[in-house]
Amino acid sequence: MKGDEHVIRAVNAAEVAPTTYAWEIRADGLRVKAGRRMAVDGVDLSLGAGVHGLLGPNGAGKTTLIRALATVLRPAGGELELLGASVGGRTEQRRLRRQIGYLPQDFGFYKRFTVREFIEYMAWLKEVSKKDIPAAVQRAIERIGLADRADDRMKTLSGGMIRRAGIAQAIVNDPQILLLDEPTAGLDPAQRLRFRELLRELGSDTCVVVSTHLVEDVAVACTDVMLMGEGKLVFRGTPAELEAAGGAGDAGDSPIERGYTALLARQQPDRGSW
Amino acid sequence: MSETHASAQLIDRYVGGDTAIPGDELWALEAHLENCPVCRGRLAEIVAEQTPDVTSMLSGIWSELEPLAVSTPAPVRRRRWVATWASPTLVPWLGMTALVMGLALLVDWADSTAGRPSLVQLLAPVAPLLGVAVSWARGLDPAYELTSATPRAGLYLVLRRTMAVLAVVIPLLLLVGWAAETSVALSLLPCLAFTSATLALGGVIGVSRAAIVLASAWVVLVVGPVLAGSMIPLVLDPAGLPLWGAAFVLGVVTVGARSGAYTRLGSHR
Repeated sequence: MKGDEHVIRAVNAAEVAPTTYAWEIRADGLRVKAGRRMAVDGVDLSLGAGVHGLLGPNGAGKTTLIRALATVLRPAGGELELLGASVGGRTEQRRLRRQIGYLPQDFGFYKRFTVREFIEYMAWLKEVSKKDIPAAVQRAIERIGLADRADDRMKTLSGGMIRRAGIAQAIVNDPQILLLDEPTAGLDPAQRLRFRELLRELGSDTCVVVSTHLVEDVAVACTDVMLMGEGKLVFRGTPAELEAAGGAGDAGDSPIERGYTALLARQQPDRGSW
Repeated sequence: MSETHASAQLIDRYVGGDTAIPGDELWALEAHLENCPVCRGRLAEIVAEQTPDVTSMLSGIWSELEPLAVSTPAPVRRRRWVATWASPTLVPWLGMTALVMGLALLVDWADSTAGRPSLVQLLAPVAPLLGVAVSWARGLDPAYELTSATPRAGLYLVLRRTMAVLAVVIPLLLLVGWAAETSVALSLLPCLAFTSATLALGGVIGVSRAAIVLASAWVVLVVGPVLAGSMIPLVLDPAGLPLWGAAFVLGVVTVGARSGAYTRLGSHR
């Protein structure tokens, strides 16, 4: 009978279960090493659903912080709780990682794979159940607008398309926590607009952390902003509050850029013009 | 599911939009319909009878949609099974291994009169190391950081990839060993011991670096002296087999104890 082939899937109990934690990401005095250097030095965070922009100059510790949140770096000190579970236990970590989507800053890929094969492979690594993989992959590809190139090899794609494939692999497991390190690098202006729209859509029920140095991305797409400098959180507030922090005397072309330079200058008064 | 089904009368009223159905009954009916194909079938029949316009609208939509749905290419699946076992970058490294063992065999054939142990036997213990190095290596696997953040990363994935390497390399060694007329046991146990030792050391200094260290140590301490002075060390004698067995077990135990090391970036810089 025709009608039965097109029944919408039932919602299972795990999806409607109430959450048992207040914040998706909670850190208390978090310290993380990058090599020998303490790149993240005492960061307190409490992040819920929404799009959280992570701003800061190069070397401020953004990537290290995101790696720690992705559980690939072990914190050197402090506490880190993701989805209510303390990071550290091995079996717990595996369950936790199923709920995390991660796009590293420079992510490598297998050149001979097609976009679909690459995302299917990532979905397999993320333990998406076998029967759900084709549908989840198709959905991720469509959300990111790569459907027409889905069966092309990765090596034939442009830089912006590769980045979009990276975003697609990050969302393929419908994560609760989505960590994107410099996702807009290499996207053209139209793609960035579309990407901001996607961010807002994802942020309605997911905790999205986006690291970027493009200040205007933050102003439009983020519900709140964290500013990092030298391993510490310098500022946390809404984009409007960041704008308000800057005065007419600060360097920058837009109110939000002036706020950015003002707050960083306050933390590091002896820094030069770079 | 339960054997009870909704009555045709109730479904009939539901389709007709009867507002007199109590809320709890309506709720129970809808919950039941979600899980019961039999009752959905009845529902479809009644909808077709009572409201032909709905049915004709739906079939109109399906007739428009179906050609589109069929024209979308089906997912390509050929690579998936292999990729879940072998590291996607493995093939060239296995080719290199086969090439090296083939050359060793040619040397043995060309120079079979010398009183030294065969080159195939000398190289067999370190033969899988090229492939093992690729199984979990920062420099050799482009998607290393992506992979290491996934739930499947860790000992499970490393062992799976190592198994894929051994599944190719061991038959290769058997074949080459048979052609060079060397002892099979004397190549296989050392080969397994080197594999486990590489993974164990790899948990500390990175798998590719561990493979380089162990292979160089083998070449410098054993292959070199044997080729230079033709003395046969204990490690190549059947009497050395228990030593190899012990090294294998030690490696396996160490890998098991340190399995957390394969899920992080830190130890592979």
